[in-house]
Amino acid sequence: MSNIKRAFGNGKAFIAFITCGDPDLETTMEAVKEMEKAGADLVELGIPFSDPTAEGPVIQGANLRALNAGTTTDRIFGMVKEIRKEVTIPMVFMTYANVVFSYGAEKFMKTCSDIGMDGLILPDLPFEEKGEFLDICHKYDIDLISLIAPTSENRIAMIASQAEGFIYVVSSLGVTGTRSEITTDLSSIVTAIRENTDLPCAIGFGISTPEQAKKMADVSDGAIVGSAIIKILEKYGKDAPKHVGEYVKSMKDAIRQL
Amino acid sequence: MMSANGRFGIHGGQYIPETLMNAVIELEEAYNHYKNDPEFNRELKQLFDEYAGRPSRLYFAEKMTKDLGGAKIYLKREDLNHTGAHKINNVLGQALLAKKMGKTRLIAETGAGQHGVATATAAALMGMECVVFMGEEDTKRQALNVYKMELLGARVVPVTTGTKTLKDAVSEAMREWTNRISDTHYCLGSVMGPHPFPTIVRDFQAVISKEIKEQILEKEGRLPGAVIACVGGGSNAIGTFYHFIEDKDVRLIGCEAAGRGVNTFETAATIATGKLGIFHGMKSYFCQDEYGQIAPVYSISAGLDYPGIGPEHAYLHDSGRAEYVPVTDDEAVAAFEYLSRTEGIIPAIESAHAVAHAMKIAPSMGKDEIIVITISGRGDKDCAAIARYRGVKYIGDEV
Repeated sequence: MSNIKRAFGNGKAFIAFITCGDPDLETTMEAVKEMEKAGADLVELGIPFSDPTAEGPVIQGANLRALNAGTTTDRIFGMVKEIRKEVTIPMVFMTYANVVFSYGAEKFMKTCSDIGMDGLILPDLPFEEKGEFLDICHKYDIDLISLIAPTSENRIAMIASQAEGFIYVVSSLGVTGTRSEITTDLSSIVTAIRENTDLPCAIGFGISTPEQAKKMADVSDGAIVGSAIIKILEKYGKDAPKHVGEYVKSMKDAIRQL
Repeated sequence: MMSANGRFGIHGGQYIPETLMNAVIELEEAYNHYKNDPEFNRELKQLFDEYAGRPSRLYFAEKMTKDLGGAKIYLKREDLNHTGAHKINNVLGQALLAKKMGKTRLIAETGAGQHGVATATAAALMGMECVVFMGEEDTKRQALNVYKMELLGARVVPVTTGTKTLKDAVSEAMREWTNRISDTHYCLGSVMGPHPFPTIVRDFQAVISKEIKEQILEKEGRLPGAVIACVGGGSNAIGTFYHFIEDKDVRLIGCEAAGRGVNTFETAATIATGKLGIFHGMKSYFCQDEYGQIAPVYSISAGLDYPGIGPEHAYLHDSGRAEYVPVTDDEAVAAFEYLSRTEGIIPAIESAHAVAHAMKIAPSMGKDEIIVITISGRGDKDCAAIARYRGVKYIGDEV
């Protein structure tokens, strides 16, 4: 059984995203520990990429700060190894296909497996191109997470039926970033997904407030938050971890009892 | 040459967010339908002939030929097209296709501004809304083209992320497309990005080599020994090569922007300095570091200042069918000035890269050999920048 499933065993799941190395890897490490203590069920660790085409301005900024601070894939692997001495919740990497491809997919997945990562999210790797990495992911027990978007429509059955780990439901058109309103009919998308798989579905993109998280978790199995957390890192820098912890607690509390 | 899933050898593919997948599938289906539709082709031909001014001339550069003393040199004058570059060929095709698909809004990226101007032009002609993304750095290098786009009714969005050049404009246009798909067509300007763009753009630009072949057979009764074009993403080059790919005796030569040299970090020569990767929707060669971070490339030419190359070029390189050579800023500027003085033709600084390579190889070729250089665009847009490069002050220059 995929380790990721554990993230969905404590009521509705709260999934937290953080860009590794923003402002530095020590802060990332402390923030992840705070996230776990505050009740996060799964952490998405972003490996920064120079040209993150699926990200809005907030996460683009985090990518840039992290790269300017000298963050590399190897240093992130080293950090995860340290984190795993304390943190036990499931963790997945979120990055872009070229980061994995240029590192060497085999070497990348083997290291992921060695240091205790559970999955991988690549927003520029749609269903049609999964073959690029899928066999190697399976070889090292790394779940390759599938995304389903508001425009997926007739593709939902195909994607959901062959998905693994959990389904990342993209709440809205466009790129990542906080939104005042989410208007997509997500419950019908989730219904269509559930007709094709027993995997849990979590909704991300645009969620920042406890009310939004509640609304999203109400129609799915969890909420994913990125940009709102990155804004805390941007505001508090090295002092961010405790603020991140407080924020994660408020979000998890809002959805725990659904 | 291309397999069903949009691959050229190992290159190409569709590495894009799920949000865009149905949009590119819809585009592929529409294109496969209309490319064989007689009415579509009749309308496109009329736009090419009556609006863009096709066929473009194949001009015998007699003075240049004599001066270099070797191969007979012909210039394919894409600079004489309406809007001053080959970009209009692709844009008229895509705009017409978008219109047939019921789209009312075109978005585009632009480097030098030629593709942006062409897209704004087609949008004006066809009554469509138009938004062009242009790196902030390029809006300065090519200020006149920004004014032209606005004059034509387009909105120009300066892109302030990353290196503020063409690659960032492409990223931003892709982001905007994920934001608004139902009424919007992304009019991609080069033979790059996810399938089906590299194929669609190639097919619309292939008119260049189709005409070269007809024109050279009429003038010389034989095929050229080499065809030469500059390569950024590679649209005028693939257009120049396409109908000669099966003619194995015709050398296909693409000229990349080496900037300050392929041994410096200030270069945009992808084949010379890049490695295999996945970016902007495609697998191809990219300038990147050991961790796959895309390199901040440089060239004097905004239109070639891109860290990748179209997947079909990557394949033609792998197979050895085409050759790709680096040309530096200095060589391109010298060629820019040479063609202006020798033939009275001011080429785009992009096209000057191709002229520069022809100047290197023509003298050692036989007088019975023929080379065709595609002059992909005219150089009016570059005069201010080249004057600055040479330290010339002239009226109208802000600096």
